[in-house]
Amino acid sequence: MGRQRWREPASLPGVHPTARSTGSRADDFPGLDARWSRLLTAPDHSGTPHTWHLLDNLSLLTEGGLEPTGTILCVHGNPTWSYLWRSVVAAATDAALAGAAEPSSAAIWRVIAVDQLEMGFSERSGHDRGLPERIADLGALTDALGLAGPVVTLGHDWGGVVSLGWAVDHPELLAGVMMLNTAVHQPEHEPLPAALRLVLKRSLLVASTVRTTAFLDTTLAIAHPALAPQVRRAFRAPYRSARRREGIGAFVADIPVDASHPSFAELTRVSSAVARLDVPALMLWGPRDPVFSDRYLGDLIGRLPHADVTRFENAGHLVGEDVAVAPMILAWLAARFESAGGAGTGRQVGADRPSEVTPAATAGVQSEAVADSVMADAVVVEAAAESESAPAPEFRLLWATLDERAADPAAAVVEMAPRGARRGSGIRTVSWSLLKRRVDELAAGLSAVGVERGDRVSLLVPPGADLTAVLYACLRIGAIVVVADAGLGIAGLSRAVRGARPDHVIGIETALAAARVLGWPGQRISARTLAAPLAAALGVSHSLTGVARLGRAAIADGERHRAAGPTAPDPDATAAILFTSGSTGPAKGVVYTHRQLAALVTLLRDRFGIAAGTGLVAGFAPFALLGPALGATSVTPDMDVTAPKTLTARAIAQAAAAVDATVVFASPAALVNVCATATAAAKADALTVVERNALARVQTLLSAGAPLPIPLLEEVALLMPAASIHTPYGMTEGLLLTDITLDEIVRAAEQAKSQPGQAGTRQPGGVCVGMPVAGVHVLLSALDERGAATGPLSAEPGVTGEIVVSAPHLKDHYDQLWLTDRAATSGTPSEAAWLAGPASDAVAPTDRWHRTGDVGHFDTEGRLWIEGRLPHVITTPTGILTPVGPEQAVEALPVVRRAAFVGIGPRGTQQVVAVIETTTSSTRRGRVTLAEPSVAEAVRRASGVDIAAVLVVGELPTDIRHNSKIDRLGLGSWAAGVLGGGRRSKP
Amino acid sequence: MKVLVTGASGMLGRAVARGVLAAGHDVRTFQRGASGVTGAMDARGSITDTGAVAAATDGVDAVVHLAAKVSFAGAPEDFRAVNVEGTRSLLSAARDAGATRFVMVSSPSVAHAGLSIVGDDALPADPLRARGEYARTKAAAELLALDADQPGFAVVAVRPHIVWGPGDTQLIERVVDRARRRRLPLLGGGLALIDTTYVDNAASALVAALERADRVHGRAFVVSNGEPRTVAELLAGICGAAGVPAPAWSVPAAVAREVGGLIERFWAVRPGQDEPPMTRFLAEQLSTSHWYDQRRTRQALDWLPTVSLDKGLQRLAEWYATAPGDRLS
Repeated sequence: MGRQRWREPASLPGVHPTARSTGSRADDFPGLDARWSRLLTAPDHSGTPHTWHLLDNLSLLTEGGLEPTGTILCVHGNPTWSYLWRSVVAAATDAALAGAAEPSSAAIWRVIAVDQLEMGFSERSGHDRGLPERIADLGALTDALGLAGPVVTLGHDWGGVVSLGWAVDHPELLAGVMMLNTAVHQPEHEPLPAALRLVLKRSLLVASTVRTTAFLDTTLAIAHPALAPQVRRAFRAPYRSARRREGIGAFVADIPVDASHPSFAELTRVSSAVARLDVPALMLWGPRDPVFSDRYLGDLIGRLPHADVTRFENAGHLVGEDVAVAPMILAWLAARFESAGGAGTGRQVGADRPSEVTPAATAGVQSEAVADSVMADAVVVEAAAESESAPAPEFRLLWATLDERAADPAAAVVEMAPRGARRGSGIRTVSWSLLKRRVDELAAGLSAVGVERGDRVSLLVPPGADLTAVLYACLRIGAIVVVADAGLGIAGLSRAVRGARPDHVIGIETALAAARVLGWPGQRISARTLAAPLAAALGVSHSLTGVARLGRAAIADGERHRAAGPTAPDPDATAAILFTSGSTGPAKGVVYTHRQLAALVTLLRDRFGIAAGTGLVAGFAPFALLGPALGATSVTPDMDVTAPKTLTARAIAQAAAAVDATVVFASPAALVNVCATATAAAKADALTVVERNALARVQTLLSAGAPLPIPLLEEVALLMPAASIHTPYGMTEGLLLTDITLDEIVRAAEQAKSQPGQAGTRQPGGVCVGMPVAGVHVLLSALDERGAATGPLSAEPGVTGEIVVSAPHLKDHYDQLWLTDRAATSGTPSEAAWLAGPASDAVAPTDRWHRTGDVGHFDTEGRLWIEGRLPHVITTPTGILTPVGPEQAVEALPVVRRAAFVGIGPRGTQQVVAVIETTTSSTRRGRVTLAEPSVAEAVRRASGVDIAAVLVVGELPTDIRHNSKIDRLGLGSWAAGVLGGGRRSKP
Repeated sequence: MKVLVTGASGMLGRAVARGVLAAGHDVRTFQRGASGVTGAMDARGSITDTGAVAAATDGVDAVVHLAAKVSFAGAPEDFRAVNVEGTRSLLSAARDAGATRFVMVSSPSVAHAGLSIVGDDALPADPLRARGEYARTKAAAELLALDADQPGFAVVAVRPHIVWGPGDTQLIERVVDRARRRRLPLLGGGLALIDTTYVDNAASALVAALERADRVHGRAFVVSNGEPRTVAELLAGICGAAGVPAPAWSVPAAVAREVGGLIERFWAVRPGQDEPPMTRFLAEQLSTSHWYDQRRTRQALDWLPTVSLDKGLQRLAEWYATAPGDRLS
């Protein structure tokens, strides 16, 4: 890198190197404290002294009488400077000084944020510096600083590579690594991101990076939301002249595009060594990055599988500017280093970690199979150890039944309206033997087209035989199925699929078209065989039929060479990622292992008596897919599965008749429609005797997802007189937690009515969801007066709290949402296990806990009552109020169709507002009115709540997916506006 | 204690004087006319007359200061003379007389700049931004009073929010009178949420402030029923109690504010002493929400309202049902 470049000494921000005065720095660099800035001369990698500008809070800590217990070493990327880390320096300093007032064991973090040489306000030395030199320069600087451990690195962009290079070179000091949008590996045969390719074009490189501020401006312009003008000016400050920008150009030119690049070997060295790091790692990622896309996040997660990862959906390249990362970084440091016995306990690189987290990639391709079998052995031993301490539920492979019934000609899956077939062309029946064969073929075929163990496969196929076969095939080869419901809408679905970074997408045409148009990653496989031009247009590489054909050939071939099918996956490996409905915030990916799904199968079998040969109407997707694992004959009714409201009474009856079903799964929205159509059908006398008889044979009806009113359930009972009607409580994170039957609901309601509680105390009410099912533990974390669930976990009756659950079939964790994970486990034994660190003894499966975000209480019989969602709790000056109980009381009034209770005003002193739809109000006229005095009086009396205002609207805003959940947060802010003298708009 | 209650001929002043008497203290009242409070000794005079103020404070241990000029219209110098200078001379006379407690009756409007108030606690009085002469001068007076707080002279400011009750000439009479003539519109549909104070609750809060002045001095407290209701519901309740039709028509809030501003300017140059039918201040008051965080007040004063809104309206109805000659006030 010999070319002579511009030379200029280092300077302090905003201070001209020759005339040093303090000036008005505070205004020029918002958020930057001049006291952090210092210049330090240290030898570089070659021993030549150069002067660095760096931010360092040591002098402030010393002034405050504090001794740092650890150091955060921050390295900016290109084309930024240490200003990028101002919020981290500020937050760490403030936390340390605040903690000084009350001596505690909290860590005190010194933060050093350097301006790399040739960058920011550091010296322009006249030399180009490649990656090896930059890593060595940083090491020489920390030597000069006399930096002692423990050190946690923090890097962004190419500063991430430099910081990780420093990290792998200083194992004796390293305690942890933190990364914001960066990368350590460029796959050899994959193109660079287009945005970089453009900048790297020789003709453009100097023009865009040095001669003009185009590259600088582009980088600063992609913040979401846009940077404040002063902040943008501050970022530009050290790069005002072309000569001062030479470092930016040199930095871009240093990106190793291929193996011939001088920095390639160093990048390879760093990326391999990173994969051997076992210190705690944090990745905070903004996916809206034209360069460091999710592809690179995936690569980093592969290298650091134990990392805590959080993606911020709306953030981009400058994630540190888009999101307040400093408090999260400090919270993570506190959690990782303070509770587990101080920052000094950082583990060493290459320590004897369990084999399952050491990627086989480092040992070369040949040893992978060996590593796999070693891994399997290790896990078996571990599982045996667990079963001694806590009786872990039996583990049975999800496809074990398929194997057992390989020769069974009986029906496994029945489709009343097969996809792709002409409407009315009759039902399709797939036997166990055919299903088993097809699963094997698909498994082999998927392997042949490059689907590997651990690959993520997004399944965008409607429920039915095809989905069932491909799902079990994926599970069988250890691929991770990603299931997101089309009901999320195209935008939500796209977010979910992109965020999950699938390696393969298997879908119907519309899904593949979306994949093409919206640029979802992954190899595309079509569910149906497409005409060649269409397949080419959609970028489809294979069809499922083609995959099955390849699989048949591979099996035939394999029978000559090796008899064994794919090795059984690790029971604790990820099996599936199910996306939440998105009704309670952006859809989240929920991760399940094979063992956890198997536990769900066991539970469904035991709870509802589903056995081999049971006929099962599968009108509710998550459970429907488990039919073959249960050994049941499952039938998909004729309905649009993305719209549960399309299920009719006739469709259920015909499906039930087809397999002599005794069990029916249906969503609540579907049941509403079933009753509506049954009434209509009854009038027209349209349900045939055969259909009626089929419904009369149903012994178990299960409807999960949302509470249903008793009268509706009683209508269902008339339709299925022999059925025990279950409305279990669950969620994507724990699909079946408590259970209750209609008879028990009626009994609970009568008891509640006959015991109105002591005088003056209002019963919280709610929806009774029964007792926890076998293996499930439910505890409550009591709410404080501000509506926060701060209480210790308890089973005390009558106390309203957040519902916290544990079960063998509970989710493992959220995908790439470390912060959400932490929030969902805070104050539970799961958190304690996590804090103890991954190196501690494995946590027994029953010890996973989850905060549901639902609020409720236990009655004296141990039944759980749901009172609403945690964010919907109203905090009045006289205490908290949960909405469901009063809403139910008010909805019992003849004049009220639906009601929602919301709080307005500051938390802790909120006023209660009831918003109702009346039976007389028209849904067309949306303008809000005040309830008639008599109605307001009735609502106040029925609820027993001090209500500030009773508002009448045409229609309450509901979540489109569930069609029943009222958006109370939106309604609350609307009500606050209306009652604050704002516009009388529709909610 | 010997307690001086100023402005005891008004609805709230009378209730306070009775409350202080009931708490076992001696009461002297001070206003231009008779107080009509049985058991109290009337010292009559004007708050602007320093001689009369000195005589009234002679020998008292504590003062509850309600006397003020309350109006939507009038010359700024009149407001200043009564509300600011009157308070200044009373403070000084009370200190000279050796009084140790001083309860300054103020108004939430001293901190109201025309925007909605949604669950705020008492904000500092702001004479520059408060709306209208009354609020501006009361703000200056409250600052004067709290500034006089010192060891041995405990000053508490209490701001009851929209006090109403039987015999109220400020709010109730005006509402009922206009509703009877069907000249009472709602502004913006009457959906603004407003908290009010039934007179007995305001009086008991002032007595509580007097009793606890040694512990809560130097601070201002907003007092209300803690039961905000929409303007439409409040007006309907009052009209219902008085047996007059509730307002049935609505004027857009923005229009009312504009019209109020015009009328205000016209009334300023128009001869006569009557009150304008609408002012910008009143329009703002009736079309923006005002309700307060009562937690600090209730805890500090160890006080809770004892008459709910519904019970208050019931008492109002009983009062209207009584023949005017037999009404007690």
